[in-house]
Amino acid sequence: MTTTDDKKQLIQEVLDAYPEKAAKKRQKHLNVYEEGQSDCGVKSNIKSIPGVMTTRGCAYAGSKGVVWGPIKDMVHISHGPVGCGYYSWSGRRNYYIGTTGIDSFGTMDFTSDFQERDIVFGGDKKLLKLIKEIEELFPLNGGVTIQSECPIGLIGDDIEAVAKKASKEIGKTVVPVRCEGFRGVSQSLGHHIANDTIRDWVLTPGEKNPVEFESTPYDVAIIGDYNIGGDAWSSRILLEEMGLRVVAQWSGDGTLQEMKCTNKVKLNLVHCYRSMNYISRHMEEKYGVPWMEYNFFGPTQIAQSLREIASHFDDKIKEGAERVIAKYQPQADAVIAKYRPLLENKTVMIMVGGLRPRHVVPAFRDLGMKIVGTGYEFAHNDDYKRTTHYIEDSTLIYDDVTAYEFEKFISALQPDLVASGVKEKYVFQKMALPFRQMHSWDYSGPYHGYDGFAIFARDMDLALNSPTWGLIKAPWRK
Amino acid sequence: MAQNIENIKDHVELFHQPEYQELFQNKKCFEGMPTSDLVGETAEWTKTWEYREKNFARENLVINPAKACQPLGAILAAVGFEGTLPFVHGSQGCVAYFRTHFTRHFKEPFSAVSSSMTEDAAVFGGLKNMIEGLANAYTLYNPKMIAVCTTCMAEVIGDDLGAFIITSKNEGSVPKDFPVPYAHTPSFVGSHITGYDNMMKGILSCLTEGKKAETTNGKINFIPGFETYMGNLRELKHLTAALGVDATILADNEDYLDSPNDGEYKMYQGGTPLVEAADSINATQTIALQAYSTTKTRDYIEKEWQQKTAVYRPWGIKGTDEFVMALSEATGNPIPAEIEKERGRAVDAMTDTQAWLHGKKAALYGDPDLVMGLLQFLLEMGVEPVHIVVSNSNPEFEAEAQALLETSPYGKNATIWGGKDLWHMRSLLFTEPVDFLIGNSYGKYLMRDTKTPLIRIGYPIFDRHHLHRYSTIGYNGAINLLNWIANTILDELDRRTIIPSKTDISYDLIR
Repeated sequence: MTTTDDKKQLIQEVLDAYPEKAAKKRQKHLNVYEEGQSDCGVKSNIKSIPGVMTTRGCAYAGSKGVVWGPIKDMVHISHGPVGCGYYSWSGRRNYYIGTTGIDSFGTMDFTSDFQERDIVFGGDKKLLKLIKEIEELFPLNGGVTIQSECPIGLIGDDIEAVAKKASKEIGKTVVPVRCEGFRGVSQSLGHHIANDTIRDWVLTPGEKNPVEFESTPYDVAIIGDYNIGGDAWSSRILLEEMGLRVVAQWSGDGTLQEMKCTNKVKLNLVHCYRSMNYISRHMEEKYGVPWMEYNFFGPTQIAQSLREIASHFDDKIKEGAERVIAKYQPQADAVIAKYRPLLENKTVMIMVGGLRPRHVVPAFRDLGMKIVGTGYEFAHNDDYKRTTHYIEDSTLIYDDVTAYEFEKFISALQPDLVASGVKEKYVFQKMALPFRQMHSWDYSGPYHGYDGFAIFARDMDLALNSPTWGLIKAPWRK
Repeated sequence: MAQNIENIKDHVELFHQPEYQELFQNKKCFEGMPTSDLVGETAEWTKTWEYREKNFARENLVINPAKACQPLGAILAAVGFEGTLPFVHGSQGCVAYFRTHFTRHFKEPFSAVSSSMTEDAAVFGGLKNMIEGLANAYTLYNPKMIAVCTTCMAEVIGDDLGAFIITSKNEGSVPKDFPVPYAHTPSFVGSHITGYDNMMKGILSCLTEGKKAETTNGKINFIPGFETYMGNLRELKHLTAALGVDATILADNEDYLDSPNDGEYKMYQGGTPLVEAADSINATQTIALQAYSTTKTRDYIEKEWQQKTAVYRPWGIKGTDEFVMALSEATGNPIPAEIEKERGRAVDAMTDTQAWLHGKKAALYGDPDLVMGLLQFLLEMGVEPVHIVVSNSNPEFEAEAQALLETSPYGKNATIWGGKDLWHMRSLLFTEPVDFLIGNSYGKYLMRDTKTPLIRIGYPIFDRHHLHRYSTIGYNGAINLLNWIANTILDELDRRTIIPSKTDISYDLIR
């Protein structure tokens, strides 16, 4: 099962299991990458087919769970019934420093807990009162966001009017976000909507309490790092060591003030392109802030990214980049010397969201591991174009893969490691396949930066080489 | 240099190193956060009675609730039936959340599909999604039954499941005789336990239609309720087998949520056979182990099946006594020596350990039935419940819990806080401290803030492994409860006496 033809045959077999109409739709999302092509040959960002078990979430997850939720000093209201806020409560390990419940609110669940009467009579009045209750009980909050759940858009509530009124009354930023779960086809539209609300309600001149800010020539912002397990910190440390001044983190461990200062930086550094390219483009167009994508997974890409970042600055920063690389290269070499022999030639299949289906590939490669399949939950075509820079000929590509397809692909390709999400984890572990969660770093991390790479290598070894895998088959079963 | 290759530090230690501490310090000047003095002052203020009164005066805001929404319970009920695929009609993100939630708790796969409704369905209704979704799910995943429930999106736009399913069958999505039970499960009504009830009723009414026989089959049905301890299903089977009861469990999700690793993944594991479930209408009676997650189902069974129902909560000694005596009476079989011995062991354990629990003050929260069970056990141990928070409360539960508390002198200082949340609980713990708190993993935030030791009993438990494999019911369950509670108290005692030459005079070897 190594050639392109084998894999195309496998795709055909998998499609044969579907009803005809569904097979026709799914066929566009599955392919084998052929070297030299400008994209991966799959369609993307299209509605999931009903009933097939997609792994995708919704716009609310993209806004509350990803973009807005980590802004630590704001209270994010899950506006609607109780479930959405409950299921996403503390689900993503966006680390932050702060006193929870006093000046930080990241691991709390604020909800309007809609009842039937709210659906019937509308929730606007309740929402306004609720924001005032927040102000009363949490006076140090930096502002409020309203994260709409499905019913809000369906019952015709005017959360924008409430936000304006509430903002006036409490004297703070109040952001209405129309991220109802039925909008769009996945989390992705939620990212976009959340980005747009930052544009309209945070960066717009004349917003509440403008911030005094003294620029330096070395100001940058980290965009699209959600600080899972501390990723943004193990990235930030490298940027600061090379002489840059990190003014803002979007949005892991970030604050409202940090966001407000970002249009004054010299360069926006974008890690997760998918979820924050919109606001980066906006800041470029409106405020003239250029942006560039970088990749802090694995020493090869880290060094390349540091040099590329430095190329936007003067010699001081360029020297700084070289100094940082020189400082950490021995550490990276030691990690590789220790772990590469344990992981060499092991094969991996990836399926996650955002940037990781491509960005983590070089980190695996630094350890001698080979990617045989990769795919995204909610990518767009520009992600698949970018993916071609990272993968090899005849890599299996699956977009918005269904549980059925993923199980069949993995059974056929038998990778040594599956790198995907928690919903997939125990399926493959039951198939005796080592697994690492690549959304949450399996509760470990950070994985970004040089310090993160050491942890990444350690974790891949412990996942692959655990003695427990050898116990699965009972000795009397031949 | 932060990482030593022989001892690689992850987030637990990495960020405590000086270079990261300096990074955090430097970051502060960009954050615009309040000063640490102000934070400290405000934090102290939140511990006061004044704050408690403000906190309890809120009428619109819910903070850190201890409840989820209906479809979560619905799909838990569904996977207890043989070969059953839960199908959630509405927005797709909900299903991703439910599957994640259960997977994080059980550390098991959880399969469920969505009809993936989007904007066009919001305008035109979700019939097309249902027709296509049922066909795809049936063809691809080969289930024996598809159990349909709804998200709030489908409920708000008013999709009619019954009519949609008939139309889908007419369109050929699934065979006409293929069971597709359904339940409307709006998330703006009740909580996950309501959803369990609705789905159970939906499945039973679908499967038993036209199956009523002239005579009973001599069996007893058992409904576990929103049960997240797989050990409890094993304990139920153990007790009923010991008493010689011919039992049908409605529904048995034990194998699904605690399946062996033999190297082969099976999407459907165990479950109550559909034929057996269909015959449940002919049982002599139905016993529910939870009241508030089975209200409508029991009502339905009594009215439609003309079958006797009862609720027993076999928690603690007396609760289990009543349960086994009821089984003995129903079957005419004596209570076997084996069970009496188990009772004796549990009582032995409780008398051995009672001194460490007697008069201890407790706070607890959870679903109404879980709280009832815990109260039964705590009162038997001489523990004094003080704060009882039930976010998904109801007046019947509150009256029942109050009556139970009044049966014991240890219950007289307790207050039942129905409809309150864990931010209310925080104020309660600060203003009226207790010796320990019982709750799910979210209780760890209360432990951090108020320093109240947490004993994890409930759902979800995300940050400790394997507790769901144990039982909390039966005599064996009583020993587990005792073990968790008593040894947490003793661990806490060690923590409080661990400073050399200061507190360690009481750092005792023997306790």
